[in-house]
Amino acid sequence: MNEITTTRHNPFIDPTLQVWNWEIPVYLFLGGMVAGMMIISGYFLFKGRHKEENCSCYYLPYISFVLLSVGMLALFLDLEHKLYVWRLYTTFQITSAMSWGSWILVLVYPILFVNILLRPPKMLTDKFPIVIEWQKVLLEKTSWIKNIGVLTMFFGAGIGLYTGVLLSSLGARPLWSSSILWMLFLISGLSGAAAFVHVIAKDAYERVLLAKADNAFLIIELFVIALFIIGLKTATEVQASAADLLLVGKFASSFWVFVIGLGIIIPLFIQLLAVNHKINHTPLAPLMVIIGGLILRFVIVSAGQYSHWFALN
Amino acid sequence: MVIDTTKCVGCQDCVIACQAENNVPQGFCRDWITTEAKGKFPTIEMEIRSERCNHCTDAPCISCCPTGASHYHDVGGVVLVNHDECIGCKACIASCPYDARYVHPEGYVDKCTFCIHRVEKGQDPACVSVCPTHCMHFGDLDDPNSKVSKLLQSRRNHSLLPEAGTKPNIFYLT
Ligand code: SF4
Ligand code: SF4
Repeated sequence: MNEITTTRHNPFIDPTLQVWNWEIPVYLFLGGMVAGMMIISGYFLFKGRHKEENCSCYYLPYISFVLLSVGMLALFLDLEHKLYVWRLYTTFQITSAMSWGSWILVLVYPILFVNILLRPPKMLTDKFPIVIEWQKVLLEKTSWIKNIGVLTMFFGAGIGLYTGVLLSSLGARPLWSSSILWMLFLISGLSGAAAFVHVIAKDAYERVLLAKADNAFLIIELFVIALFIIGLKTATEVQASAADLLLVGKFASSFWVFVIGLGIIIPLFIQLLAVNHKINHTPLAPLMVIIGGLILRFVIVSAGQYSHWFALN
Repeated sequence: MVIDTTKCVGCQDCVIACQAENNVPQGFCRDWITTEAKGKFPTIEMEIRSERCNHCTDAPCISCCPTGASHYHDVGGVVLVNHDECIGCKACIASCPYDARYVHPEGYVDKCTFCIHRVEKGQDPACVSVCPTHCMHFGDLDDPNSKVSKLLQSRRNHSLLPEAGTKPNIFYLT
């Protein structure tokens, strides 16, 4: 036997760590959605689809702007020392994923703004007529638009992988000690964003394209989850027991039912039928994908905090 | 720091001394007593340990801190948190394999400081100085002639979770 008892009783630390509640999973989820939307919209710009009247690259930057701001608000709400938040921006700590993330998030806003300039809102052009001049310059230069597309995709991918690196850099939690967590969050962000754009796209071509892309993303996501689990199971004993939290332990029901079943396999099945013209497209499947992505973040954040090095004993 | 587990009786004097010395808010603790029983009946071994932040040499709580609030002090590499720089993001709490940190009710993250305010005056940390069995020893592990180094050379000892790779600086004599 090996039995450990402790007199420590710190709130939110004991008996199991629970310092991050809903705010962090929501922030990671919204970060992932924005990442996916920026990649999709950047890709459309790169492909020159801005010439289409109804291209989603014209409204995705607005939605990304709102979601990113809500995500940052959630992150802010999580801080315990809120008045000191500006401290993030008086320094750059090269070894801290959170420091990288805070700076990337700040750089993303100007990029979204440049995207918005391609079709600026009336409110802005009424107040600042010069914006129309900028828009003209931009629209005349195809190579610039391609470059903006690449930059948007690049920073979108940056946010997406950062949301995973943030957790995997915290080696004390065995569930997060995986070098492919970033890939999981990035692909899940892409599948959520593709599902979302599929529902709201005004352009019929984009709707079908994104349903097909979403199916591909969901299949890749299944593979990445399998690799994530296999990676943990074949690593150290603490990591293997962390994987068991998802497979058979405390978090197994939410993992299997909501993340894998309702969040990936069933919507994938419905969407495969839809793209093969067996049934009509329905917003149900995309909705399931999006909610599944949110629950994935909740499960990983909670189970990660629960997993511990002392599980070895 | 070196702690002799064969002398510790788990009286918690160190815990109370720390709370009083450092004004630790009620319901929180910077140090605590862990009892570990292992083996198979009838050869069960028990170890009583006074635990706290290990002031790790490769401290993950410092490398993950986005503001630089968590830092190594100039004297002896003691790991400290600058309250005025801490935003309370709790990354350091999640990064510590020993769960040695907590959120102070005033919003910043707090933990053992090795009583640096006492050490700088040449005194021992409060926990070390009150221990009725004198089981704790504080000193410079880099100096091969210090009492702590000599204890480690002459006695069997272990640290906690060395496999987590943080190079903890508290050693337990067995
Ligand atoms: S014990 Fe935890 S808080 Fe203390 S230095 Fe090591 S990692 Fe940091
Ligand atoms: S909670 Fe404070 S000390 Fe800890 S990582 Fe965040 S800013 Fe640094």
